[in-house]
Amino acid sequence: MNNPQLDADGRLRHLLSTEGLPKKILNQILDTAESFVGVAEREVKKVPLLRGKTVCNLFFENSTRTRTTFEIAAKRLSADVISLNVNTSSQSKGETILDTVDNLIAMHADMFVVRHSQSGAAHFIAKHVPEHIHVINAGDGRHSHPTQGLLDMFTIRKYKPDLHNLRVAIVGDVLHSRVARSEIHALTTLGVPEVRVIAPKTLLPAQVEKLGVQVFHDMKAGLKDVDVVMMLRLQNERMNGAMLPSVQEYFKTYGLTQEKLNLAKPDAIVLHPGPMNRGVEIDSSVADGKQSVILPQVTYGIAIRMAVMAMLAGGQISGNQS
Amino acid sequence: MTSKNSNLPDAEELLITLAQKLKPLLQKNTALVGIQSGGVWLMQRLLVLLDSTITAHAIPHGTLDVSFYRDDYAQRGLKTENRPSQITFDVENKHIILIDDVFYTGRTTRAAMNELFDYGRPASIALLALVNRGGRELPITPQITAADIQLTAAQNLQLLQNTDGTLRLELKLAPPSTHQAQHTHE
Repeated sequence: MNNPQLDADGRLRHLLSTEGLPKKILNQILDTAESFVGVAEREVKKVPLLRGKTVCNLFFENSTRTRTTFEIAAKRLSADVISLNVNTSSQSKGETILDTVDNLIAMHADMFVVRHSQSGAAHFIAKHVPEHIHVINAGDGRHSHPTQGLLDMFTIRKYKPDLHNLRVAIVGDVLHSRVARSEIHALTTLGVPEVRVIAPKTLLPAQVEKLGVQVFHDMKAGLKDVDVVMMLRLQNERMNGAMLPSVQEYFKTYGLTQEKLNLAKPDAIVLHPGPMNRGVEIDSSVADGKQSVILPQVTYGIAIRMAVMAMLAGGQISGNQS
Repeated sequence: MTSKNSNLPDAEELLITLAQKLKPLLQKNTALVGIQSGGVWLMQRLLVLLDSTITAHAIPHGTLDVSFYRDDYAQRGLKTENRPSQITFDVENKHIILIDDVFYTGRTTRAAMNELFDYGRPASIALLALVNRGGRELPITPQITAADIQLTAAQNLQLLQNTDGTLRLELKLAPPSTHQAQHTHE
């Protein structure tokens, strides 16, 4: 089956999921992002790569951090950025997604950054657009959130460069989490030897071990000797169903406290994709503690998004050329 | 498709000439900036050759990867291997000496100047190149070179680094579609 994310020459055409992306491309994104980290430290925080291009942020679902970092990333590449909060505009008037997209193409948009509550929405748009237009998935339903997965990999690599020698635990609501799926695919593709998921049975997808992870239901066993703890957001709306007894109960069993974190390696780092529920999945003292790399994640998120947009807009030439 | 290089100058000899020409220009407010990757190799060698002068004047140095600033980015895209630019000193009011290996169209220099200005406002920028191979397309020319050679657009002069760190020049046939901007670096 052909991979809609790659063109005939194996170059990145759309970024829809970390699943199915070859290790070479993942590493290329991470390496390119490395070059963009420094841009933020200059007097002029801009490079002219996307000058004259128009990036459309199409957000059918709310998001502050992701939309803002995509906007900043596009602007630092000198693109023009339009952010549409589609909930409040044409969709409420009954326009279909593809009509919205076609109208923006008629306005000469060059790239779409799409977030939607339905899994597969970004794929759907990517299949529809003409060849010169690129689509980036900024989160679709429970399926995928590839730039989050990639920025997590970038953050881990910054603190723990030897990925082939790591034990990583993903903790929390794996069932509903597109972030967890993107992380798991990226971690296994990049060769991290041991990926664990820690969650109650009700918050794990069926046959999750087939993704190449070890399953734990107990924090104490699961966190033992890990190098990286990746927390997931517990979505409050899940509480209304019968999946969990109560927030207090969840915090007691699966909330990350310093005491539980002490079971991991002493130099273990803690990640969280945000927004955090303090006192639900993570204790404030851990979130603000010295093992937390939650704010660096946000900073690196801009570099990752710049790298992805730059690679899509310019294609990539294999080999070394000046 | 490498032709015999018998009539090409020896890069190591040119390097010595270049160091001699550069030495009198170094002063307190000078900074060296090598353009990836050949310009960086040259700079590293020059730093060693001119060590006493560089140290005496406390001359800072840095590197530029101009791929994000190239005018042909949309056609050429990114290299698979990017080396971040590293300018750790304050560019403001410095006399910058840009170092490139082979000067050809001038487009790399233009990109490098644009990037430098995003770090601050230098007092001046001069360009040093090991070889000027002719064929400039912009009103830019190097102030300091060790050799001038006239080559055709079908020829591609590259500076290469041997495993022991020494440098050599090689003449290749340029790929037809990219010869306009193609020069140096491997």
